[in-house]
Amino acid sequence: MAQYKMHLLVCGGTGCRASQSERIAGNLKEEIKNLGLENEAQVVITGCFGFCEKGPIVKIVPDNTFYTQVKPEDCKEIISEHVLKGRKVTRLLYEDPSTKEHISDSKHMGFYQKQIRIALRNCGFINPENIDEYIARDGYAALGKALTEMTPQQVIDQIKKSGLRGRGGGGFPTGLKWEIAAGNKADQKYVVCNADEGDPGAFMDRSILEGDPHSIIEAMAICGYCIGATKGIVYIRAEYPLAIQRLKIAARQCREYGLLGADIMGSGFDFDIELRYGAGAFVCGEETALIHSMEGLRGEPTVKPPFPAQSGYMGKPTNVNNVETFANVPAILLKGAEWFSSIGTEKSKGTKVFALAGKINNVGLIEVPMGTTLREVIFEIGGGIKDGKKFKAVQTGGPSGGCLTEKHLDTPIDFDNLIAAGSMMGSGGMIVMDEDDCMVSVAKFYLEFTVDESCGKCAPCRVGNKRLHEMLEKICSGKGTIEDVEYLKNLGAVIKDTALCGLGQTSPNPVLSTIEHFYDEYKAHVTERICPAGQCKALKLYTILADKCTGCTACSRSCPVGAISGEKRQPHVIDADKCIRCGACYDKCKFTAIHVQ
Amino acid sequence: MGAFKLQDCHKKTIADICTYYKNEPGNLIKILYSAQREFGYLPEDIQREVARILNISVAKVYGVVSFYSFFTMTPKGKYPISVCMGTACYVRGAEKVLDELKSQLNIKVGGVTEDGKFSLDCLRCVGACGLAPVMLIGEKVYGRLEASKIKEILDSYE
Repeated sequence: MAQYKMHLLVCGGTGCRASQSERIAGNLKEEIKNLGLENEAQVVITGCFGFCEKGPIVKIVPDNTFYTQVKPEDCKEIISEHVLKGRKVTRLLYEDPSTKEHISDSKHMGFYQKQIRIALRNCGFINPENIDEYIARDGYAALGKALTEMTPQQVIDQIKKSGLRGRGGGGFPTGLKWEIAAGNKADQKYVVCNADEGDPGAFMDRSILEGDPHSIIEAMAICGYCIGATKGIVYIRAEYPLAIQRLKIAARQCREYGLLGADIMGSGFDFDIELRYGAGAFVCGEETALIHSMEGLRGEPTVKPPFPAQSGYMGKPTNVNNVETFANVPAILLKGAEWFSSIGTEKSKGTKVFALAGKINNVGLIEVPMGTTLREVIFEIGGGIKDGKKFKAVQTGGPSGGCLTEKHLDTPIDFDNLIAAGSMMGSGGMIVMDEDDCMVSVAKFYLEFTVDESCGKCAPCRVGNKRLHEMLEKICSGKGTIEDVEYLKNLGAVIKDTALCGLGQTSPNPVLSTIEHFYDEYKAHVTERICPAGQCKALKLYTILADKCTGCTACSRSCPVGAISGEKRQPHVIDADKCIRCGACYDKCKFTAIHVQ
Repeated sequence: MGAFKLQDCHKKTIADICTYYKNEPGNLIKILYSAQREFGYLPEDIQREVARILNISVAKVYGVVSFYSFFTMTPKGKYPISVCMGTACYVRGAEKVLDELKSQLNIKVGGVTEDGKFSLDCLRCVGACGLAPVMLIGEKVYGRLEASKIKEILDSYE
């Protein structure tokens, strides 16, 4: 292998690729060639660095220089200045928003300071398409240790002791799950990796698969060894072509190296994986629905028990874990259960990856110890609210979760605290909202999603959620009453109690949690017919400020329904009954004389 | 666009796909996935043919096709547009972008323009939340969109 003095790591995550990171990598390579530095410096396309807000990102090691918002035309300067002459290109360094200082090493950035990367340990560090780089970072050492030094039960004990809980949302203890699957006797068992990330606004599983596919394969093999399965299946969204491609490459390399297939590392243990594509159904995140989908059927859930660990894929014992859960496993075996359980809170150990998005300055993928507070995540790592607006709420847990408010900002985040606050961990989407977001509309948005994604099998979910959605529409269009809000609460409680699967049981959460925390906003919609955030179109009231109106008639000419009247050079007025709230007058007025409430 | 007519060559393509997946009903989703890649969409005739080869009911095939959002029974435009309606994009104004596209193209979500050039759909989260709001035209990602930028982008497709 060539010994390079310098490695230029270019982010190949989805966000950075959308901003031309591939062209950047190409240009860097070309400049290196132009200056004859091919034997000195190497360009590597890596997985996601997490700091999507400032992408595309180029990191140079060994000096750990972190260039942000790099453009293809910056490449020449990076090579001629930094690589050739050793002078950093200051203008491309991250600028601290408060001190205005340029920070060169990502370690010293607010965004990275509080993070501990376990599941994302290799993302943005290695070339995901090269198994040697994974092995150089202790890859497959955990599998080797398990196969040669430990019995399956010892591995399970380690995982149990570590306190690792399922990262897909439920938070079920992983070690216990493995133990149950191991205890069931069968001629064939299966290990399934749930990579059907469907939660809108969450992209951690995708980033792990794209940035570190080998960690998943290694963990699945370890799981197979523990429960006595020789077959692994990755159920992955067909909409993730890059992740699929990288997994395929990784699996091929493993077979070449004898890390998948028969008699792995001479231990007598056989294991191989195959891919199954999910075709876009949120409910398939539920274990039993996922298994039906793998069997080529409609992804409808069934009643548990029997649990998949007893009777799953093809009626055989099946262990299903999520991508992020698997990504933690090799690290636990190598560094020990004590190390892992020393991180986090009493009942939630380790770290959690969150996809931080919405009205926040630093959008990106972060990994923090369990027990970090929302305030630290939003204001220290996330850099606070965009455009200096006021924080209103943060939505966690996706369509199954709820909204948390200012009073929850100092709550340590873990599985149990989030549930106690009326939300849930979910897969780790975290959407920040500011004062301009209407919480009734947000609840409506999530219900729209659930109605769309309900599989239709049980009535509470199929019919109940539809009724909830209709009621929210009614409130947003200014026709709701205070009784409707009570109705939402009652119906929501009934759906929670009676729906068949996890999707239905949690679907009223966005409604119930917004009613609980933002009751006044609901009340304003139904009693005063006002949307305090000014989002609900039907509740907007347009008026003309007489002192600002010059009588130019631009508004009355633009009004499609003739609701504006007035003499030339005299203040105009809007007839609220005729007005359809289209906003055309607002856009046309040059004197900011149109007031919207 | 006329109704899809199943030709012998199509039958062969479908049979080849099914054979590749061992004519196994358990591989139905993979078979439909490949068929859609081949034909662009899954009209009734294709579903019937798949059902015939796998020896399962057409209802079962249709049940799967209609269940998963990835499958479509209507052809897409030459340049399929998908607007991300994930939460991050939603709170950063994806709805305004979608409204602008609807009025520019004069079609609804799920529709195709008369000349077959563009089709419009929504999808949930592309995973590029840092660039919200986002839309895809084909496989190209357009980020940090504003309604005012839409016309220019559409005009760049000839």
